[in-house]
Amino acid sequence: MKRKILPALAAASLIAALSGCSGGSDNSLVVLNYGKYLDPDAIEMFEEETGIKIEYEEYESPEEMYTKYKAGSIDYDLACTSDYMVQKLIEEGEVLEMNYDNIPGIKNLDQTYFEFSKAFDPENKYSMPYFFGTVGILYNTKMVDAFEVNTWDVLWDEKYSGQIIMENSVRDSFMVPLKKLGYSLNTTNEQELQEALDLLTKQKPLVYAYLVDESSDEMVAGNAAMALVYSGEAAAAKIYNEDLDYSVPDEGSNMWIDSWFIPKTCKNTENAEKFLDFLCRKDIAMKNFEYVYYATPNKEVYNALDEETQNDPTIFPPREILDNCEVLSSLDSDSVDLYNDLWKKLKSD
Amino acid sequence: MRKLKRQLCAGPYIVWIIGFTVLPILMILYYAFTTPDNRFTMENILSIAEPIHFKALLLSLRLALECTVLCLLLSYPLAMILNGLKIKKQSFIVFIFVLPMWMNFMLRILAWQMLLSNNGIINSILQTFGFSGISILNTPAAVVFGMVYDFLPFMILPIYNSLVRIRTEVIEAARDLGANDIIVFFRIILPLTMSGVISGIIMVFVPALTSFVISDLLGGGKVLLIGNVIEQSFMQGMNWNLGSGLSIVLMVFVIASMAFMNSHTKETEGTAVW
Repeated sequence: MKRKILPALAAASLIAALSGCSGGSDNSLVVLNYGKYLDPDAIEMFEEETGIKIEYEEYESPEEMYTKYKAGSIDYDLACTSDYMVQKLIEEGEVLEMNYDNIPGIKNLDQTYFEFSKAFDPENKYSMPYFFGTVGILYNTKMVDAFEVNTWDVLWDEKYSGQIIMENSVRDSFMVPLKKLGYSLNTTNEQELQEALDLLTKQKPLVYAYLVDESSDEMVAGNAAMALVYSGEAAAAKIYNEDLDYSVPDEGSNMWIDSWFIPKTCKNTENAEKFLDFLCRKDIAMKNFEYVYYATPNKEVYNALDEETQNDPTIFPPREILDNCEVLSSLDSDSVDLYNDLWKKLKSD
Repeated sequence: MRKLKRQLCAGPYIVWIIGFTVLPILMILYYAFTTPDNRFTMENILSIAEPIHFKALLLSLRLALECTVLCLLLSYPLAMILNGLKIKKQSFIVFIFVLPMWMNFMLRILAWQMLLSNNGIINSILQTFGFSGISILNTPAAVVFGMVYDFLPFMILPIYNSLVRIRTEVIEAARDLGANDIIVFFRIILPLTMSGVISGIIMVFVPALTSFVISDLLGGGKVLLIGNVIEQSFMQGMNWNLGSGLSIVLMVFVIASMAFMNSHTKETEGTAVW
């Protein structure tokens, strides 16, 4: 009997995979999201409650998401990605307007974050914030003093040669020297970007590695003194290693918002909106907050948290820090090429 | 009737070749010679001359060469030793060398990332014995190391196979005619194993030249190979045309190196090269 289960499972998953390719039937929803960004239990609950089958796909970086979406082999019904990528897709006419009337749960979300979202969705018509946070320095308190990380300059301190981890992505890495120089992180001015590149080139010999998801693991293992990370990663890393702490330097930084949007390829907006409403529900939002541990715009969840979590600046950045931060906006294609060229220059140096 | 049947049997393979080799190459060619708005251009191909890309290509060639030479230097003596052992032991040791290939290579490279890191196992062992730790991770040396580790079996196996195939009578005959060990090696063994060496070189050099994952993981994003440039143009830069153009250039280098190696093996025919 036992022996028959495996082939049956294999067959079932194969059928599931095949039907996924065909785009799914009426009562399904193809969701595209960052990796580890939604509690799998929540998906099961949604399926049980509504009978809508969810086909869940994951990706790593906004650029990868764009490539996947643009490849067009799968018709996504709902997707979540970061601010500037949402803006890019809105500008390309790839995003449908959301009907907030069908998402009553949206009243649980703090209006503040819709205000911040205006940086990439000026009229709040296309997106619904999911998680947000800042970019800053995760540092090991045994190696670095807290006052040092009040400025980005510490990432150029030769004392920490071979102990610094930078982000392996263009915009995040350029944000640091731009902010250090007092420029906007959305600049397209060639002169300013050249100055930023010069700084990064100067920094490169001090850098241990350019990493993405591994940064916080390396910090937990104590392999480096400082890493440029997203606040959410920092919060998770602090749980595993008590010596770690997080700081957003005074020159300002990047505030990021990951938002849901309904792409043009959506076949059933009603189901998509049902799922968004479900995500706003307090118990589900709490489940996802506990799973992801990033700052949630859901005030029902926030109010239900204990005071220590509420006041943890790593998870919920205080308002004055947020006001000092900028949201990334999308760049025109010439500027994208410029950024990429400078990035390659840095890497090949 | 029979002929038709035979042709039908080839059907699946033709579909396979068209679907997974011919079409993708045609698509790459199309992207390589067009701009994003579908006009003809040579720019994507010529962009290899840009200092950044050219530097990445040179670095790739250098590291691939280093990796191939190291693999050859390690494999040849080993294959000789294996060949000298008793038959039973031989197959067991070959099995040991091939065993890691059963595991996904990404996992093995990730394991090396852990082993070599600042506070990794290797450094802590070194430090317990009073040595200073090594910081090899995130340097080109680590990338070469990873490549050698990964591709070594591809060098050992063909050389070993060609060694096994040499009949002992040939060597005995040489000795009867007064050849010493050195002459036997250079006049008999080496020429007869050249086909194995060549196929080993190709099997190591080509993947080393085109790799990008190893340099990403063990180079810490600081070692930019041509493979990384191509990957970035697809995944980060969203510039498929540039990525395809550079892929074509890389393909030319791969084909050229294979043609070069093949032209040097004509005289030692008999065993398939790759």
